[in-house]
Amino acid sequence: MNTKVNIAGVELKNPVMTASGTFGSGEEYSEFVDLSKLGAVVTKGVANVPWSGNPTPRIAETYGGMINAIGLQNPGIEVFCKRDIPFLRQHDTRIIVNVCGHAEEEYLAVVERLAEEDIDMMEINISCPNVNANFLAFGQDPKKVEELTAKIKKAAKQPVIMKLTPNVTDITEIAKAAEAGGADAVSLINTLTGMKIDINRRTFAVANKTGGMSGPAVKPVAVRMVYQVAQAIKLPIIGMGGIATWEDAIEFILAGATAVSVGTANFYNPYATVEIAEGIEAYMKKNKVEDLRELIGAVR
Amino acid sequence: MKKKEQAVILSQEKIGSDVYSMWLKVTFAKECRPGQFISLYSKDGSRVLPRPISLCEIDREKGTLRLVYRTVGAGTNEFAKLTQGDTIEVMGPLGNGFPLEEAAGRKVFLMGGGIGIPPMLQTAKELQAEKQIIAGYRDELFLTEEMKANGTLYIATEDGSAGTTGNVLDAIRENALEADVIFACGPTPMLRAIKAYAQEKNIPCWISMEEKMACGIGACLACVCQSKEVDDHSHVHNKRICKDGPVFLASEVEL
Ligand SMILES: Cc1cc2nc3c(=O)[nH]c(=O)nc-3n(C[C@H](O)[C@H](O)[C@H](O)COP(=O)(O)OP(=O)(O)OC[C@H]3O[C@@H](n4cnc5c(N)ncnc54)[C@H](O)[C@@H]3O)c2cc1C
Ligand SMILES: Cc1cc2nc3c(=O)[nH]c(=O)nc-3n(C[C@H](O)[C@H](O)[C@H](O)COP(=O)(O)O)c2cc1C
Ligand code: FES
Repeated sequence: MNTKVNIAGVELKNPVMTASGTFGSGEEYSEFVDLSKLGAVVTKGVANVPWSGNPTPRIAETYGGMINAIGLQNPGIEVFCKRDIPFLRQHDTRIIVNVCGHAEEEYLAVVERLAEEDIDMMEINISCPNVNANFLAFGQDPKKVEELTAKIKKAAKQPVIMKLTPNVTDITEIAKAAEAGGADAVSLINTLTGMKIDINRRTFAVANKTGGMSGPAVKPVAVRMVYQVAQAIKLPIIGMGGIATWEDAIEFILAGATAVSVGTANFYNPYATVEIAEGIEAYMKKNKVEDLRELIGAVR
Repeated sequence: MKKKEQAVILSQEKIGSDVYSMWLKVTFAKECRPGQFISLYSKDGSRVLPRPISLCEIDREKGTLRLVYRTVGAGTNEFAKLTQGDTIEVMGPLGNGFPLEEAAGRKVFLMGGGIGIPPMLQTAKELQAEKQIIAGYRDELFLTEEMKANGTLYIATEDGSAGTTGNVLDAIRENALEADVIFACGPTPMLRAIKAYAQEKNIPCWISMEEKMACGIGACLACVCQSKEVDDHSHVHNKRICKDGPVFLASEVEL
C-alpha cells in the first residue's frame, strides 16, 4: 500500500501536513506528536525582519471555528534559520517554510535568504487578510499574482507553493495566474475574512476589527474551492480549511488535493495530524486502495 | 510532559451564586505547580477553543486537581452542569506557575481579585513564608475558610459587606500591612495598581495574566502580552502568556 505523494519532485511519506501559523515550527506540538510521522511541517509565516503582530485580543471563537488576527508576528528570517530549521531537521519530515511580506522586495529577501538553507519547499502567503498594507492586493489581483510568482520562482532554489486567499470572486482565475507565473503547486484556502462583535463590550471581538475565519465551519467552502481549482489547473494542490478528521482529509483528496494541511483542529486536538495520517491508511486498507494517488481528484 | 486526556469529575459544588468548585482526577497532578493552569474543552463541537482555568488546589497523592471558576459564558456554564462520574477533556499542566523560591521565608502578600483568588490557595498551601492573603471581592465571599487555614486573611469588598470597603490595596492601607514580595492574580486594572504599588515600595512583584487562548502551549501567538525588553523567543516585545507566563515579573511586562 502506498501513502506517499509527490509535490514538485519532493516526496512526502504521507499527505498530512500542518497549516501555517497553527503549529509554530513544530517544537511545542512535538510534546504531543512525533513530527516524523507527518508528511511535512509547514511553519508559521516568516518575514525578512521581526514583526510584532497585532494588538490583543487576537482571536475570538465563532460557531464551529474561530477568527484570528495575529498579524503575522514572527522573529524574522535570521533567527528562524538559526533556530527553527535545525530543530525541524532532527525529524524525518519535510520542511515547508511559509513566507510573508508587505512588499515584493520583502518576499524576495526571504526567498533569497532561504536559498542557502536546508529546506524542502516554500509556501508564499499572498493572502493574509490581517495586515493593512497594499500587499493585500497581491492575492486578489491575478496580474500581481502572476508577476510575484514569476519573480519568486526566479529567486527561489526550492519548489514554490503559492497559498491562495478565498476572499476573491473567482479563485480559479488566481490559481491560473499562479500557474502562469510558474508556481510548482498551490495551497488553499487561507482564512475567510470575518468579523465578530462583542455585544457586552459593544466593540469588536478582535482588536484588528476583522480577522480570518478558520475551523470546521469553513470546510464546505474550502472543498468547493479545491474542486474548482483542480478542474482549472494542472498543478498539485494542497487542500486545507476545517480539516479535523481523516474523513475530512479524504474528502479534500477526492476533490483534488494531493496533500492536506491541518490547522485549527490542532488547538482542540493536538494529536489530530497523526490521527488523520493513521485514519487515511485505515481507510485505504478497508477499501483496498493500493495507492493513495488513485483517490486524488477521483470525484469529478 | 503536557498531556491531553479525559479527566473524571470527582465532585462539583456550587460555592457562590455563579462560582463553582470542581475536583478532577487526572494523570499529571504530580507535575503540577501552583499558578499553573489547565485547558478545559467543550463537548459541543461548535466550541473549538479551550477554556483556561487556574489550579486552585493540587493533591499529588490522590492525583486530583481542584478548579474554582465563575460561569460567564457557554463553556463555563456547560462545565457547571457536569456531575460526579462525568468526564471532561483537559490539557495540562500549562504555564510556568509562581516562583515560590523567590518568596520562601519572607514576608509576602498573596493578592487575589475576584476569580483571580483561586490560584492563591495552592500557592498559600505550598509557600513557607509569612503569608498575608489579601482577597478582594465584589460582594459575595468564597474560599475564605481555606485561605484562613493557610495564612492571615484580609478581605476587601467593593460593596463593603465584609472587611475593608474597596479593593485589595485599600485593605493593605487600612490594615497598615507591609511585605517584601508580592504574588498577585486578578483583573488587569487591579494588577496595574499592584504593579504601581510594588514599584513605589521597590519590592519584587509577580502577577498572573490573562488573555484569550487557542493552542495553550505557545504555538499560535494568540495570547501575547507586551514585554518591556525584546523577548528571547519572539524577538519582538511580546511574550506568550500560556507558555512564558501566565506569571510574570510585573516590571518586565506592560499593562
Ligand atoms: C491563565 C488563565 C487562568 C484562568 N483561571 C480562571 C479560574 O481559575 N477561574 C475562572 O473562573 N476563570 C479563569 N480564567 C478565565 C476563564 O478562562 C474564562 O472565564 C473562560 O474561558 C470563559 O469561557 P466561557 O465559554 O464561559 O465564556 P465565553 O465568553 O463564551 O468564551 C468565549 C471564548 O473566550 C474565551 N474567554 C472568555 N473570557 C476569557 C478570559 N477571561 N480569559 C481568557 N479567555 C477567555 C473563552 O476561552 C472562549 O474561547 C482564566 C483565564 C486564563 C487565561
Ligand atoms: C492562529 C492562526 C494563524 C495563522 N497564521 C498563518 C500564517 O502565518 N500564514 C499563513 O499562510 N496562514 C496562516 N493561517 C491560516 C492557516 O494556515 C489555514 O490556511 C487556515 O486556518 C484554514 O485551515 P484550518 O481551518 O484547518 O485552520 C493561520 C490560521 C490561524 C488559525
Ligand atoms: S494560546 Fe497559542 S501561543 Fe498562547
